[in-house]
Amino acid sequence: MARVLINIPAAARRGEIIPIRTLIQHTMETGYRPGADGEVLPRDIIRRFTCTYDGEEVFSAEFSPAIAANPFLSFTLVTTNSGPVVLRWEGDNGFAQTETREITVA
Amino acid sequence: MITTRRLLLAAPAVLLLPQASRASPEAMTEAVQAFTRGATVRSGRVAMDISPLVENGNTVPLSVIVDSPMTAENYVRAIAVFNQRNPQPHVITVRLSPRAGRAILATNIRLATSQVLLAVAELSDGSFWSDSTQVVVTLAACVEG
Repeated sequence: MARVLINIPAAARRGEIIPIRTLIQHTMETGYRPGADGEVLPRDIIRRFTCTYDGEEVFSAEFSPAIAANPFLSFTLVTTNSGPVVLRWEGDNGFAQTETREITVA
Repeated sequence: MITTRRLLLAAPAVLLLPQASRASPEAMTEAVQAFTRGATVRSGRVAMDISPLVENGNTVPLSVIVDSPMTAENYVRAIAVFNQRNPQPHVITVRLSPRAGRAILATNIRLATSQVLLAVAELSDGSFWSDSTQVVVTLAACVEG
């Protein structure tokens, strides 16, 4: 499991726009860089990120090798109901990680 | 003998072959057209925020904000960022819904060299808007190792 840093407010008012910041540990090997032996290292990147909240995909992203190592993403969402915010990263070599954070909406 | 000579004559031509994987302004235009499906892109409504002078191309903070009320009738469907001189023209594509609240995106990108970046936004009415920025990179992202 890759280490993640996720910043989501634990509580918010209904209809409030809340910021979400995520960072996941990943080398994001571009596939253009030679290693110590001179051979080009095979590509190993996170290709897709999705954020699902209250039964709907609110935000998704497709990454290229041009995304820096340890991909950082910041975006916003509108609070509707209390429940889980599900963040999922998928990538090369079967990489998949899902993180869930509960949010309380008053 | 003839084959050897032919090989020798052909060698410089092989060396001069362009690297297929290199992005170029033309490759960026193609990538943008694939994203817009051939629709015209107007300049405006999109604001890209990136430092004009980048010291380290390995991690460059980039943010894109699109001017939109983000209501069910009028929202930003997608934002894509393209570059001219990285190995690939595409940087990132994000898809939004009205429930995102704001059409804003921030991330860290890699830049192989000084170049022009282009951010394109697709609105729910089917129109496309863009903003471009010239960035100068002093230390490139390690494409060469």
